Amino acid sequence: MSASLTGEETLVQLVAPDGADATSSPSSDPYRERAAHIVGPDADPEILRGMYRDMVLVRRFDQEGTSLQRQGELGLFPQLLGQEAAQIGSGRALRPADFVFPSYREHGVAWTRGMDLTDLLKIFRGIDHGGWDPAEHNFHVYTLVIGSHTLHATGYAMGVQRDGLVGTGDPDKDMAVVAYFGDGATSQGDVSEALGFAAVNNAPLVLFCQNNQWAISLPVEKQSRAPLYQRGWGFGVPSVQVDGNDVVACWAVMDEALERARSGGGPTFVEAVTYRMGAHTTSDDPTRYRTSAEEASWAERDPIARVHARLVAAGWWTDEDDAALDAEADALGVHVREVTRAFAAPAPESMFDEVYGSPNGQVEAERTWFAQYEAALAAGEGEA
Amino acid sequence: MATTTMPMAKAINAGLRRALEHDPKTLLMGEDIGALGGVFRVTEGLQKDFGEDRVVDTPLAESGILGTAIGLAMRGYRPVCEIQFDAFVFPAYDQITTQLAKMRYRTRGRVPMPVVIRIPFGGGIGAIEHHSESPEVLFAHTPGLRVVAPSTAQDAYTMIQEAVASPDPVLFFEPKGRYWEKGEVDLDAPVRGGAGLEGARVVRPGTDVTVVAYGPTVHTALKAAEVAASEGTSLEVVDLRSVSPIDVPTVVASVRRTGRCVVVHEAPTFLGAGAEVAARVTEECFYELEAPVLRVGGFHTPYPVSKIEHDYLPNVDRVLDAVDRTLTF
Repeated sequence: MSASLTGEETLVQLVAPDGADATSSPSSDPYRERAAHIVGPDADPEILRGMYRDMVLVRRFDQEGTSLQRQGELGLFPQLLGQEAAQIGSGRALRPADFVFPSYREHGVAWTRGMDLTDLLKIFRGIDHGGWDPAEHNFHVYTLVIGSHTLHATGYAMGVQRDGLVGTGDPDKDMAVVAYFGDGATSQGDVSEALGFAAVNNAPLVLFCQNNQWAISLPVEKQSRAPLYQRGWGFGVPSVQVDGNDVVACWAVMDEALERARSGGGPTFVEAVTYRMGAHTTSDDPTRYRTSAEEASWAERDPIARVHARLVAAGWWTDEDDAALDAEADALGVHVREVTRAFAAPAPESMFDEVYGSPNGQVEAERTWFAQYEAALAAGEGEA
Repeated sequence: MATTTMPMAKAINAGLRRALEHDPKTLLMGEDIGALGGVFRVTEGLQKDFGEDRVVDTPLAESGILGTAIGLAMRGYRPVCEIQFDAFVFPAYDQITTQLAKMRYRTRGRVPMPVVIRIPFGGGIGAIEHHSESPEVLFAHTPGLRVVAPSTAQDAYTMIQEAVASPDPVLFFEPKGRYWEKGEVDLDAPVRGGAGLEGARVVRPGTDVTVVAYGPTVHTALKAAEVAASEGTSLEVVDLRSVSPIDVPTVVASVRRTGRCVVVHEAPTFLGAGAEVAARVTEECFYELEAPVLRVGGFHTPYPVSKIEHDYLPNVDRVLDAVDRTLTF
């Protein structure tokens, strides 16, 4: 981890970059116990195999998104490359009833919610500002203004409290709310206000910060003098720093935070230390502001490679598994390409829909004018 | 009909009480609105009767208030946020314009935003800086928001309930200089699910000049009409009630009768609501107009110090001056 920001003694890590068990430490050991069914001596191989599959598939989706932008099928695409463990690990700890407020790079979390990932591309193809029904998978639409949604998540969690869905002890009732955001968002006032409101309301909330080291071109060292996870403590919010490239550690830390939220224990701040291996978006050029040496050092901590190494070493993964997963990823790629290319632009007059939920004289007058203008234009073309 | 006389502040309180009684999902949120009852006492007694979970004293953070209100609305609640003074709304401006106003549109109607933002606005109360402004058009220019301003106790009582019932976000501008002016209020007045928010009203019929106003300046326009009547000029006063949308047909119908139009508001005239009224009237009754539409309002200066604020605010004389200019054009 970047030495200026993280300390060995605080970082929760369960699987080392080479795939072996990470060194025992007071900060990590309680989580190792929590994750015993994934990485302990009597673990069920299927859990880690599933996490690996998820990470490989969302990385393939990510590559398809980038390719589709390069081919002109998308206007823009933000890659999650490098952040698969943070998203799959934390996302797999969620229950269906939990509610997620993503930023705009949470493709992996969307996958864990069971979404068709092509829905995520409607925004970037310019055919929909949202793209899906938040109620369908308890996954709100992407928020592009950095940090704004952390307050929405806090308010939603305050609503959940009022609905009596916290601390009942009934796993079918209790729910947690999660806001995903990045290191850049921690500079926004809204994130501090979310921490403050969540703390004094004891809201059932997890603020999950993926510190990917870069807010476009600004390194985290120029955003904060203190490690980000320490932010939470100042608000009285329990805070954890986890190796964001360790899918198991991310699962364990998130599982604990969600349990605290659902049981009425209040909010948690999680800093998942990871790395944006790709560009900020397809419009970005990281070679202007960071070194290839830095990129190479993080490539050695690739979140997918370490799980593959561990699975193979444990005898839980074979060459046949590789081939089968490749085929599955290829099929996903075909699906993403076919569906996305078929996404058509909405009808122009739809721009007047759902501005208001009640009849509005201004919008209706402009809708009528537009329809008449279009009709006149069409009639004129007919004459010509 | 249970008609009673009460000041506007009490009428809003009564309207909020009725909204809280009517729908358990209605919440009030804001700074000092609980035990204190708000700095203007508009929410007095409501926390005692409805509890701290429904009348919520928030930390002093306007973006936090609006941002969490948006989240509560997503969860099915109907938050009514109080902004303590007009110019304190700006920390929440981002949440209001980029999130609240666009959430329904962004989600194709799946996530409605029934959020009310109450803002005491306007001057004339001898206040220090940031406590006398009229920022309504900054919100009216944002599609997705409704912007209204009552001018009477009765309208304040019914419109606050309409605002709560509306499926859309409503900026509810309260003319704080008129909070303690009394008026008749019918406590059984019907609420039409938000439909009562739109629609201007001719509050004084007349024949010579249409004077368009909203919020605090309706009172000014009515005073001017009394004075003008004593001098033989008949003013028709139109209370817009809503700044977004503007009920253009009602204004246009009036101007077609009078042929002249003056618009009055406390906000600066430059790119103000009066500019929109003037443009629409010009577009729609160009041939009926006997004179250009004139505007009376604040100047393109920051709101001045209170010792000279009455030279800044439109008053009866300034309205009558414009009336004279339009009549002698």
